[in-house]
Order: sequence, then C-alpha cells, then structure tokens
Amino acid sequence: MSIKVVYFASLKELLGHSETLLPTPTSTVSVIDIWQQANPDLTIPSNTLAAVNMEYVDLSHSVIDNDEVAFFPPVTGG
Amino acid sequence: MIKITANAFNPYTEIQQHQAQQSGLQGKFGATSLFIGTMRDFNEGQTVQSMTLEHYPKMTENQLGKIVSEAQQQWALLDSLIIHRIGKVSPDDSLVLVAVWSSHRGDAFDASRFIMEALKSRVPFWKKEQLANNQQQWVAKNTDGYQHS
Repeated sequence: MSIKVVYFASLKELLGHSETLLPTPTSTVSVIDIWQQANPDLTIPSNTLAAVNMEYVDLSHSVIDNDEVAFFPPVTGG
Repeated sequence: MIKITANAFNPYTEIQQHQAQQSGLQGKFGATSLFIGTMRDFNEGQTVQSMTLEHYPKMTENQLGKIVSEAQQQWALLDSLIIHRIGKVSPDDSLVLVAVWSSHRGDAFDASRFIMEALKSRVPFWKKEQLANNQQQWVAKNTDGYQHS
C-alpha cells in the first residue's frame, strides 16, 4: 500500500519526474505533508494547485492510504 | 458528450455529426450556441510556432463532467458537446469546442459561456509554447478573455 504523488506541466519539469510513490503514512497526514515528504528540499511554489483522487483540495486536506495526490500549476486550457 | 483528442478536428463537422446522431434533439432545439477556440500564432507579444497541450487524464474528464452537470442544473439544456485537443497543435488548429443545444437562446448563450469560463479556470490542461526563437515556455495563466490595449 502506498500514496501515489503525481506532478504536471512546469512543476513536473522543475522536479524532473512525474510521479513518486510514498509509503503508507503511520499517522494522519495532509496534502502539504505529502509535498514535504516527497520534496524535502523544496518549498511548494506559491501558485501550486492540489488534487486528491482528481478532486481539487486545500493543502490542509487529509490524505489516506491509496490516495492519488496531484500537484500542478494554474491550468491554461481552452 | 466529452471528447479529448490528440488528433486535429473540424468543429463544424463534429457539430453536424453529433446533431444528426442525437435523435432526441430533432424538432426540440431552437438554439445552438458554439464557442470554438483556435490557436493563434502570437501571445504576449511573441510569435508562437506551435504548442503542446498536456492534461491530467481522468481528472480532465471528471472536471468537465461536473461543469456540464452544473450547467444542466442552471439552464434548460437539451445536449452539449465538448471537444478539447491535447498534444502538439499548430496555428489555426481548433483547440476547443463547446456546443450547447437548448429550446431557447438564453439558456444556450449563458450555458456555453459558463462552460467555457469554467473550463479555462478548472480543467487541468496546460499549454507549452514553442516560440519562433526556438525557446519554449509554459503559459503561466489564462487571461480574462479580453484584449487590453
């Protein structure tokens, strides 16, 4: 069991990878905790958006085992 | 109907085909409102040769589905068709189609604008521009949709 972390667009390029697998957390964790675990040396860029299981969430949203956590810059479609 | 495609599409052909296939529309729709977004060869004062559109598969479709549901709750819609390109696109390629069918024009006008603006602000697509000087850059954010001189 694990938590899948995915990145898109400029954030993916900044980090140099599109995906990280984190081990199951042993205590309650939030989206920002997940960022810090996955990227301990990098403060989350201020305009970063987050989604859990493909729904937008705040950075304080709780994450549980098997969630997919996504981080990405402002969207620019259309 | 929602379609994400890596292939060039002709929005007018898509509208014709969709309308012909939707038997529930026949005799019922009095209004069709269309928005077609097309790639320009300029942006922010720079010449753009091509763009690459990335998206978050599944979340894209989920978000578009939610937006259409929200529109259906607010306006009396008979049908809708949304198509969005991904992958490499060139100037004059269609990027997005939002087509809405309703019995009366107010519902179609308002719903198509709502869907398009919600798509621009919520659906996870990203554009990377390939410029004439061989540089590449991500589009940082969407604009308000008006030209400001």
